[in-house]
Amino acid sequence: MARSVTPRRKLLNTTVAWAIGLLIFFPILWTILTSFKTEGDAIAAPPIFVGFEWTLENYRTVLERSDYGRFLWNSIIIAGLSTVLGCMIAIPAAWSMAFVPSKRTKDILLWMLSTKMLPAVGVLYPIYLIFIELGLLDSRAGLVVVLMLINLPIIVWMLYTYFKEIPGEILEAARMDGATLRQELLYVLTPMAIPGIASTLLLNFILAWNEAFWTLNLTAVNAAPLTAFIASYSSPEGLFFAKLSAASTMAIAPILILGWFSQKQLVRGLTFGAVK
Amino acid sequence: MGQIQLKQVTKSFGDVQVIPPLDLTIHDGEFTVFVGPSGCGKSTLLRLIAGLEDITTGHIEIDGTDATDLVPAKRGLAMVFQSYALYPHMSVRKNIAFPLRMAKMNQAEIDKRVNAAASVLNLADYIDRKPGQLSGGQRQRVAIGRAIVREPSAFLFDEPLSNLDAALRVGMRMEISELHKKLDTTMVYVTHDQVEAMTMADKIVVLQAGVIEQVGSPLELYRAPRNTFVAGFIGSPKMNLITGEEASKHDATTIGIRPEHIDVVESGGTWTGTVGVAEHLGSDTFFHIHNTGLAETITVRAIGDVNLTHGDTIQLSPRMDELHRFGADGLRIG
Repeated sequence: MARSVTPRRKLLNTTVAWAIGLLIFFPILWTILTSFKTEGDAIAAPPIFVGFEWTLENYRTVLERSDYGRFLWNSIIIAGLSTVLGCMIAIPAAWSMAFVPSKRTKDILLWMLSTKMLPAVGVLYPIYLIFIELGLLDSRAGLVVVLMLINLPIIVWMLYTYFKEIPGEILEAARMDGATLRQELLYVLTPMAIPGIASTLLLNFILAWNEAFWTLNLTAVNAAPLTAFIASYSSPEGLFFAKLSAASTMAIAPILILGWFSQKQLVRGLTFGAVK
Repeated sequence: MGQIQLKQVTKSFGDVQVIPPLDLTIHDGEFTVFVGPSGCGKSTLLRLIAGLEDITTGHIEIDGTDATDLVPAKRGLAMVFQSYALYPHMSVRKNIAFPLRMAKMNQAEIDKRVNAAASVLNLADYIDRKPGQLSGGQRQRVAIGRAIVREPSAFLFDEPLSNLDAALRVGMRMEISELHKKLDTTMVYVTHDQVEAMTMADKIVVLQAGVIEQVGSPLELYRAPRNTFVAGFIGSPKMNLITGEEASKHDATTIGIRPEHIDVVESGGTWTGTVGVAEHLGSDTFFHIHNTGLAETITVRAIGDVNLTHGDTIQLSPRMDELHRFGADGLRIG
C-alpha cells in the first residue's frame, strides 16, 4: 500500500525541509548581508538583519586594495586544469578497474581512499621541501598537480561506481561490432556515463576551487587563488568583518553561480544508479 | 563460408581449468547448439570463439585461417547477447548501423543495409525509437538486426531467448530458425534449455564441466545417448535411470528407459507401482510412479488424457527394444 500523505503532514515536512535548508544556507546569506554593511553595523550587538544602511563601500575598498582579477584567474586555472588533468587520468583508470578488474582492484580502490584519511598537514613538510627543490613554490603548475592528486581518489571512485552500472556486455557488443578501444570509450562508454562524468567534473572543480590548505601554504603572490584572497583580509591588526565578507562573497560567487545552474546535473549524477 | 574449428583449446581462470583440452568442428552453414547445465562452460566456449576471452592454449581456426590471436572484430563473427546489449543512447537505426559505421562503410550502403535488415525483422515502425521504448522481443530483433547487417561468416547466440516470456520464446525460436534457413549462415547457439536445442539444432554439443559429452544430431542424441549424463539431459521429461538389481538383469550398471517408452497395462506388466503426481497436459499425461522398488520415481508418459488418480496401483510395461544400457563407467553398452 502506498503511504498516504495528509496535507498537515505535507505542510510539516515542507516547513522542516525549508528550516534545514535555511540553516545550511544561513552562513552564506549572513556573509553576503554583512558584505553590504558598514564595519560598525557588521559587528553591532545584537546583530542587525536587514535594517542597516546598504553600502558598496567594502567592495570598492577590496577591489582597490587587491587585484581580484588575478586571484580569480588563478582559481579558474588551478581548479580547471586540475579537473581536466584528473579526468584524463581517472577515466581510463576507472574504466580498467570497472571492466578489467584484477585480483587487487578492490584493494587499490580502498588504498586510494585511505590516502584521503591522512591529515594533509602530515605531508605538508615533505611536499613543501619537494616544492622548494623543484622550484614549484608559488607556481600554478605545482598547485594544479597537488590539487589533482588530492582529488584523484574521489574522481576515480566516483567514475568507477558510474562505470560499474554500465553492463559489460554493451562494451563487448561494441568490441564485436568492430569498435577500437578509443571508439568504445568515445561512442559507447562516455555517452552512457555522461551524467556521471559531468557531475564528477563539477564536484572536482568545486572541491579544487574551495581547497584552502594547500593553496594557502604553497602560494604567496603569483599563484595565489581566491582562498588566499579571502585569507588576506583576516589580518592580525584587526578584523574587518565587512571587508572580509565582501572578499568572501566575491570569492564564492562564481562557484555558487556554477553550482546553481548545474544543481540538477549534480543531484542526478550523485544519485545515478541508486534507483534502478 | 563459416567453418569454425577448435583444436586442443583450453581455458583456465587463474588455477581453475574450466575447459580441458577440447576439439570441435562446426561446419559451414550448420546450426550448432551448445547445451548443458549452468556453469558447464558453454558460454565460456562461445566467448572463446568470439574472442571476448583469450584461450589459454590451443588454436581456433575460422574458415581455415588461424584466428587465435585476432581481436573480436577481425574474426568476422557477430554475436547476440542474452541481455541484448543494445546501445541505450542510440536509436534502433543507429544501433543497427553501428558496426557498419565502425567499418567506415559509406552512408548510402549503410542506409540500404539497415533498411533491408529492418524490413526482414519487422522493425521499420520502430526504427527511430530508443531501445528503452521497445519490448523484449523487439529489442531482441534489434540485436539480431545489428548482427545480420555485417553479413558475418557466423552468428553467435548467447542464450538469446532466456529473458523473454514463454510464448514469445517459442515465436522467436521459430524466427531464428527461419532466419537460419534464409541466410544459410553458420550459427552457434548457447542454451541451457534442451527443448530449444532439440527443436533448433542441426548439431547439438552437450557439455558438462567444460567437457564435450556428446556431439550429434538431435535424434542421434535422443536415440543413442553416449552416457548417462546425456541420457538424463536430453529428452523431456527426463529418461528414467535405474540402477541396482533391475539393471543387473540386463547386464548393466544402469539402465535407462524414456517415459514415452513405458506403457501402462492392465495386467502382465513388468513393474508395479502407485501413482503419485499426475500432470495433465491434455495431449499427454505424465505420471510420477512411486513404490516400484526401482528408483524413487518412475516417470511415465501416456498419450491423451488417461484417468488414473493419486494412490492407484498400476502395472508398467517397458518396451525392451527401447531400453538403454550403461556400464559402470556410465558409458553406453551396445
